[in-house]
Amino acid sequence: MKTGANILVESLVHEGVDTIFGYPGGTVLPIYDELFDSSLRHVLVRHEQAAVHAADGYARASGRVGVCLATSGPGACNLVTGIATAYMDSVPVVAITGQVPTTLLGNDAFQESDITGITLPITKHSYLLNNVSEVAKTVHEAFYIAGTGRMGPVLIDIPKDVQTDVMDEPVRVPETVTIRGYQPTVRGHPRQIEKAASMIAGAARPVLYVGGGVIASGGDAELLHLAENRMIPVTTTLMGLGAIPSHHPLNLGMLGMHGTESANYAVTECDLLIAVGARFDDRVTGKLESFAPNAQIIHIDIDPAEIGKNKAVDLPIVGDVRQILKEVNRKLTGEKCLSPWNERLAEWKRQSAERATVDSGLMTPQYIVQTLSGILDGAGIIVTEVGQNQMWAAQHFSFTRPRQWITSGGLGTMGYGFPAAIGASVACPDETVIDIAGDGSFQMNIQELATVAHYNIPVKVMVLNNQYLGMVRQWQELFYDRRYSYTEMPSVDFVGIARAYGVEGMCVTDPADVKDAIEASLAHDGPYVLDFRIEREENVMPMVPAGAAINEMILEDKK
Amino acid sequence: MRPHTISVLVENRPGVLSRVAGLFTRRGFNIESLAVGTCEEPGMSRITAVVIADDEIIEQVKKQLNKLINVIKVSDITYTSHVAREIALIKVAAEPGSSRAEVMQLADNFRARIIDVGARTVVLEVTGDTGKIDALEKLLRQYGIKELVRTGKIAMPRGSKTISQKK
Repeated sequence: MKTGANILVESLVHEGVDTIFGYPGGTVLPIYDELFDSSLRHVLVRHEQAAVHAADGYARASGRVGVCLATSGPGACNLVTGIATAYMDSVPVVAITGQVPTTLLGNDAFQESDITGITLPITKHSYLLNNVSEVAKTVHEAFYIAGTGRMGPVLIDIPKDVQTDVMDEPVRVPETVTIRGYQPTVRGHPRQIEKAASMIAGAARPVLYVGGGVIASGGDAELLHLAENRMIPVTTTLMGLGAIPSHHPLNLGMLGMHGTESANYAVTECDLLIAVGARFDDRVTGKLESFAPNAQIIHIDIDPAEIGKNKAVDLPIVGDVRQILKEVNRKLTGEKCLSPWNERLAEWKRQSAERATVDSGLMTPQYIVQTLSGILDGAGIIVTEVGQNQMWAAQHFSFTRPRQWITSGGLGTMGYGFPAAIGASVACPDETVIDIAGDGSFQMNIQELATVAHYNIPVKVMVLNNQYLGMVRQWQELFYDRRYSYTEMPSVDFVGIARAYGVEGMCVTDPADVKDAIEASLAHDGPYVLDFRIEREENVMPMVPAGAAINEMILEDKK
Repeated sequence: MRPHTISVLVENRPGVLSRVAGLFTRRGFNIESLAVGTCEEPGMSRITAVVIADDEIIEQVKKQLNKLINVIKVSDITYTSHVAREIALIKVAAEPGSSRAEVMQLADNFRARIIDVGARTVVLEVTGDTGKIDALEKLLRQYGIKELVRTGKIAMPRGSKTISQKK
């Protein structure tokens, strides 16, 4: 004799869940009652949006499915942005929401909202449970769907009476899941793989264009093998950072709107573009017709709907990126040595590197990120907010491994970083977790200072504080004649706020203090807020203006 | 751009229709008509959608539909030799006398059935492909169409071939 709530919690444990992020409320009382003496760890956030971002950060850092829990109505609605964030970046999250009892469904009851309807376009799948007998099977299916194929968020909406109803028969969880309408292709087509191998072998100017799919599939070693064996330069998307070490000689850096010269020129001039787990996003391609205009394109992706969605490709291979790369490597015998193409790229890389050197005599965000990178020396997990802080972190931190970089790429969700850093820190308690923030984004989920104080979660928040919504200001400067319409934000005493929540902090105004301040925050046992007062009108460069070709870059700040 | 006839086999679950219909709107695909009903497999439904778009867009429609967990199979039968029908019920003003006779004559010509006769109206039931129904509608307009209800197109391949065999 078990209640729905009891079965739910047992099912989560059965799926290997150790932590859930949540916020209680009326329609999840039966579930919270079960959690009270369960082995599951529950982290109480201070806003439901933080619960889903934390579950997302947990998933990205660990590679496991993240779980969050919220009540019906406003609680469920507060998950929406986070679910959309996870959906756009293909992150496995299971979101559980309470719902009004089935007898009240559709009656506009107190705290009722049609959350399965609301999240229809931003979930991989969703369930509204009607009967206690569905609970165990649904949880099992939900984890399977979230964590396989092209991963993504799955929502389970559970009416309160389904949580309290008692199941008379014993609960049976099926060993395997078979869903007729969901059979992701894992193995790439052998003939396509063979063709890819011969195209790669025949290319004079190949480039690997690598996205988050390589990290999701765990295919970084196979990627490196392919690149090194054939001397193929690699450029990654924002989501692909960490798939190849930043300092690897074949790494050209990030491509696209804020990509490097070497990456954008290489893609423009290559004769073969090998897209791996990437989706030709507009921030990457710029003007589509001018993206890799002289190249044949191979596109390897788990999701058939991404093939040809934005850009026609010559050779699609649908399946698991890691498996396919392994097969391609097997077909490509022999090695290749440095070619004129590699030498040409080396020259571009040198130029990019020169441009990226920063002046340590100024409070520039680039200098701060580079100093952090030097101190961590390849370790740590870098989580970001969205905007200039995100791009500076992407451009100036030296990544050494996958899952070291956690950022909202597709949706670009301000307020994502701090709660996601909480999730990452909970998933990987031995890692140093940094949230690189802006003063705008940090304030979108600043209430989570209470959470990190409550559980002593040692997230270090580094606010690159320019008292502007910096990225929007940058666009206003460049494209709206410096009319800074509503992008200036008067100074906030972040250290004072942190202290009020019981979190230590320090304000840094002198570039000479940057290194010591970062070291002090890392040495501190617990969360820490660093408020860096940076050069206010620093821009993210290089930059490809919206709608331009990616080789038409603004290279330097004109100021 | 041309009308494509897409046949979608789905699990008969709550919310399936909104998932399918929502996907069309969300991705900016225009649905010309949509017909849903049970089919030869228990627990399954078949949706026939007519979508006006060019071939590349249709390819994207099919792929996106296939990603829905409750969708079992998506088939574009536009280029397969197939039979297609829809039904329309048309309530036409038909005063006793000459106009009523003319309406009934037209109905006869289109092999439509008169399924209701009122004091001032008749209701016609006409079955056929979209073009035939459009033609009859046009002809009846001069008499005054009070109301018109169409089912949306349903279709299946000719001969022994079935929708499920069609890729």
